[in-house]
Amino acid sequence: MDERPLTGPGETTAVVGHRASAATRIEPRIYGLMAEFETPDQLLRAARAAREAGYRTMDAFSPFPIEGLHEEVGFHRTRLPAIVLIAGTVGALTGFGLQYWVSKISYPLNIGGRPLNSWPSFIPVTFEMTILFAALSAVIGMIVLNGLPMPYHPVFGAPRFAQASQDRFFLAIEAEDPKFDREETKAFLESLNPSAVSEVDL
Amino acid sequence: MMNAEVSRIDLDRIQKWALIVGGLAAIVSVAGAFLDPRQFFHSYLLAFLFWLGITLGSVAVLMLHHLVGGMWGFVIQRVLETSARLLPLMALLVIPILIGLPFLYEWTHSDHVDPALEHKSLYLNTPFFVIRSVIYFAVWILLAYLLTRWSRQVDETGDGGLVARMEKLSGPGLVIYAITMSFAAVDWVMSLEPHWYSTIFGMAFMVGQGLSALAFAVVAVRVLSDRKPLAQIILPKQFHDLGNLLLAFVMLWAYIAFSQFLIIWSGNIPEEAVWYQHRLQGGWQWIALVLITFHFGVPFLLLLQSRAKKRASILSKIAIGLLLFRVVDLFWIVAPALHRESFFIHWLDIVIPVAVGGIWLGAFAWRLKGTSLLPLRDPRLVEALSYREEAAL
Repeated sequence: MDERPLTGPGETTAVVGHRASAATRIEPRIYGLMAEFETPDQLLRAARAAREAGYRTMDAFSPFPIEGLHEEVGFHRTRLPAIVLIAGTVGALTGFGLQYWVSKISYPLNIGGRPLNSWPSFIPVTFEMTILFAALSAVIGMIVLNGLPMPYHPVFGAPRFAQASQDRFFLAIEAEDPKFDREETKAFLESLNPSAVSEVDL
Repeated sequence: MMNAEVSRIDLDRIQKWALIVGGLAAIVSVAGAFLDPRQFFHSYLLAFLFWLGITLGSVAVLMLHHLVGGMWGFVIQRVLETSARLLPLMALLVIPILIGLPFLYEWTHSDHVDPALEHKSLYLNTPFFVIRSVIYFAVWILLAYLLTRWSRQVDETGDGGLVARMEKLSGPGLVIYAITMSFAAVDWVMSLEPHWYSTIFGMAFMVGQGLSALAFAVVAVRVLSDRKPLAQIILPKQFHDLGNLLLAFVMLWAYIAFSQFLIIWSGNIPEEAVWYQHRLQGGWQWIALVLITFHFGVPFLLLLQSRAKKRASILSKIAIGLLLFRVVDLFWIVAPALHRESFFIHWLDIVIPVAVGGIWLGAFAWRLKGTSLLPLRDPRLVEALSYREEAAL
């Protein structure tokens, strides 16, 4: 996946430093800077420090969920609950409407002398349709809002990033962040005691 | 130290006023007993069922907490335990019902010539009824006693073995609770109209009790939440979890109440449908509509919003509303057994629940004093807190 040779923290810094000095003239655009940590604790502290330093556009990568982390990286509100609510309501109306239309309008049939609009018996199907629509919209909405499927993402290019699903913890500060500055941000990340800091190409 | 002093005074005040109001209402209620004994005992049954719901529901939710764990359980554990310790009080309060059997249950009259009741008399007879009531309370008090005693010992020793014991008791304990409460619901409530039967009735009662206990715990924790050590621990997240549980119980209540209705409505058999006939005619149907709207619809929509769940001030108001409509639900179940023709509310239906409630709340405040508001030495809580501190670094 990664063409670059695996390097230790010192070497990475050297490479990055070299590139940065060259960039004063060319300034190629990058995705951002990625710091690698060995414990979830360090990641959490780093995310908090970055937040306090004023960084907002960042993301964290960890093999397992860490409580409190999503607040630190400024995980914003999603539109998913509203989508699910609307879909659930549509499901309820569809479920009830279908039964009402079938039994009362399209094909009225006397069953045991009950009224044609026997709403109590319509409730179970209405309920099931609500759940079905809500659940499907939650799954599909989650996938779409996350921009999945995503065969490639710039962070995949970060050194040892595959470890993020095993035993390493990463914090990425994106170049889009208004406070982002290649040199300053790098120095800042290095002050957080990471095991490595690297630039992530677009 | 200051905090402890303040909370002591507050609880003293709650205890004093609850007992004063409860005592006055009790005196008025006794007068009512002489004026209209049948009405008195029906209203008393309503009051008894509501406050038993909080007490016994607390035991059930406590066992649920021991089984599944989670921070939400620790913040309400002491409230639940204090309620659970009021079961002996509820056992005393069942005595008036046993005295009032002839006024409440038509099957107690030996002069009946109803063949159906003749057949049921093997189960529905006064001595067996009394024995059963004693057994229910013996079992419940034992469960509550063991759980609260071990919990207090954990406070002193921090012994993980006792925690394991509480967890081990909670599984079978919930099964025992489900079985005994099913029978108790049949005895105390379903036999008000002895021809009618519904197999889901006990379950509906249990869900109502769980909801009552949880709603009461939310209100109590909200009142106590500015005190140490609770104030240092409790976060919006815990109220959010409690709100989600409330939502689950509200939905479960609606689910079960509707299941019972749908099955009986579909079957349309006279001996089953008669129960709903008494409750959906002559004005009672408006109470049913109020229940659908305010016991399910409104709290459901409110509790869907995470903002309402995370703010203790909003959540506790929803919980108070739910407690109120728990009373209305029980009123709709009990009162039409006496007033079958048309809607009727007697002043005793309000005064007796207040009387029992005042005494209950007074006892609750008295029991709560001197207990730590958190099981601080419970190894599970210690672990959860250390994790949180780690995360907060």
